[in-house]
Amino acid sequence: MLDYIDKIKEISERLLKDCSVEMVIGFRKGTLPMMNEPCFARTPEDVGQFVWDSNCGINLANYLTDRKERIGIVAKGCDTRNIATHIIENKISREQLVVIGVPCKGMIDKHKIATLFADEIQTVTENGEKILVTAGGKETPLNKSDVLQKNCAVCTHRNPVFYDELAAEKVEEQQDVDRYADVQEIEAMDTQEKWDYFESLLSPCIRCYACKNACPLCYCPTCFVDEAKPQWVGKGQDPTDVRTFHFLRAFHCAGRCTDCGACERACPVGINMRVFTKKLEKDCFEQFGWEAGMSLDERPPLDTYRPNDPNDFIK
Amino acid sequence: MKLVKIDKKQWAEGLESLKKSFRLLGPVKEDSYYSFKALKEGEQPDFSFLNTRLSPKSLLFPQSEAIVEYSLDERDEDHHVMKAIETDDSPRAVLGIRPCDAKAVTLVNLNFDTSEYKDPYWVKALAATTFIGLACDTPKSTCFCTSVGCGPYHEEGLDLLLADEGETYLVKILTEKGGNFLSTAGLEAVDEDTTLFDAKKKAAEAKIISTIATDNLKGQDILDLHEAPFWEDISFACLNCGTCTYTCPTCWCFDLQDEIHGKSGKRFKNWDSCMFPLFTLHTTGHNPRGTKLQRVRQRFMHKLKYFVDKYDQGIMCVGCGRCVNQCPVNIDIRKVCALMNDHKVDEQACAVQE
Ligand code: SF4
Ligand code: SF4
Ligand code: SF4
Ligand code: SF4
Repeated sequence: MLDYIDKIKEISERLLKDCSVEMVIGFRKGTLPMMNEPCFARTPEDVGQFVWDSNCGINLANYLTDRKERIGIVAKGCDTRNIATHIIENKISREQLVVIGVPCKGMIDKHKIATLFADEIQTVTENGEKILVTAGGKETPLNKSDVLQKNCAVCTHRNPVFYDELAAEKVEEQQDVDRYADVQEIEAMDTQEKWDYFESLLSPCIRCYACKNACPLCYCPTCFVDEAKPQWVGKGQDPTDVRTFHFLRAFHCAGRCTDCGACERACPVGINMRVFTKKLEKDCFEQFGWEAGMSLDERPPLDTYRPNDPNDFIK
Repeated sequence: MKLVKIDKKQWAEGLESLKKSFRLLGPVKEDSYYSFKALKEGEQPDFSFLNTRLSPKSLLFPQSEAIVEYSLDERDEDHHVMKAIETDDSPRAVLGIRPCDAKAVTLVNLNFDTSEYKDPYWVKALAATTFIGLACDTPKSTCFCTSVGCGPYHEEGLDLLLADEGETYLVKILTEKGGNFLSTAGLEAVDEDTTLFDAKKKAAEAKIISTIATDNLKGQDILDLHEAPFWEDISFACLNCGTCTYTCPTCWCFDLQDEIHGKSGKRFKNWDSCMFPLFTLHTTGHNPRGTKLQRVRQRFMHKLKYFVDKYDQGIMCVGCGRCVNQCPVNIDIRKVCALMNDHKVDEQACAVQE
């Protein structure tokens, strides 16, 4: 994917030069291994800082919410699906956007890679399918397929679902992936096992809200966790309140989550809270044949009413 | 100040016997990272960590702490009277605290223990605690302690400082509290001359490869920095999460929350973060720091300018690198500090009309 960057820069410069957009949103190189920082360019010169590699896992759709400018945005498959969701939910308009689609080959899991090495990681570089990690002065090659973010490993929409420009040839979509093995494992647990699993999963949570704030779907002007009248949930570290935050947030994402993985990536303590949203994503897929953000004109199943709904309870 | 040498085996035995008179808190490994926990019977601290994921500030200033309780039931004689919740102020020791985190305690103390106001919960916890530091012989690439008045063998805030030397610890006794700790442990110590200790200190300091400059911060004009053009660029990526402030050993802000069940209530002191919109929201609905840019600017201006001006003790950062390592979008205080320190007002720009 390293070779995408020339094209990304060329398109971005052109869009800024001919004033089709006022800003382009992309990534710049971070100060640490496996970290890139979302950034914007307002002039063709600013475009020079843009990078593209396997560390662009943050979902840039998150940076569009309620913006007023005309914007160019560099977007992977999942980002475009969240942009589509934003358009449907009136958080940005299609006319404001020039989508620079990036056919994605997957992002690498920084939490996982860090746990593979006892020493501090000094550098991480990539060469196609190989990820080269230097830790403790020693270089170790890893297969990218072994260290993909969990959601990328089972992603079936790597290509942008809609775009105005493309940064590269489309990639082949992954076939025969077992998308829901992780959810099925939890579904197979009995109630007590599930409860214990959730409890240990969430016990390191410091309630920093990085997961919710990294998610493009979580744009409510006041999140329910911050409401005071009524106060839906306590604000401290009581495990009941921590769980309530996670479960309720997941429900708010039902039928809207694209399984982009930004939430899990953002967590400073490496919690896979994504299993909650993924369960609901699976339910929407199985019960309504629905995958979020695949089209610009269909509303998600849970905010739609159809007179011919087959269920009685709704009539 | 005295330097002694203690055999590691004796040290471990000494700790075990100390558990009768001290609550011992030390780093333990959980999954892939380390955190400070109360050590159980037979449990030893694990000193093989570089730094803990969260700072040990929570040992004195917990993320959620119940401080008072009350009854709302008017049949109770003392209804609506706020009563302090009993805290355990028995002697405790924090084992293996890194010098940066120990210095951070002294910075937080500036806020919680002033001549005018004292936070009783903090003050009592601090008085009950002995701090046993562990010098850093293999600092991380993101440690910049030596630039901010600290260092891998820094002694501020510590009662003892341990340096690992093979089968032994070189132990610097820094306070009376520290000396008492050793004698309570019944540890036999051999007097040691300081040559080796000083050489180790020098070697560790040379391993700190990350540096920042803070020399101009004090001289900068507050309003110039406030109006500097770089804030939009710095704040763009920020998620306004609590990661940087919650993991920081020097961030001290908290919120008070009442939680009521039926007719009885408790008041909690919870960590808060200047990055959260709720932090400054007024009951009128007005928010003086309503935008992300304003909140990010506040965090860095507080650490790197307001604190500098108010206390004249350098910046409100000990260079532990936690926020650098854990920020989900890689906002790096070292970069921000350089922009602030190097900031020059563009003389060519039009002067504001008075
Ligand atoms: S819940 Fe997580 S995976 Fe789903 S859209 Fe939000 S950030 Fe992406
Ligand atoms: S990002 Fe992680 S620690 Fe922070 S609130 Fe979410 S799950 Fe908890
Ligand atoms: S500001 Fe960052 S580097 Fe400085 S003490 Fe806090 S967490 Fe550590
Ligand atoms: S600087 Fe980073 S860690 Fe701090 S609030 Fe912003 S995104 Fe979160």
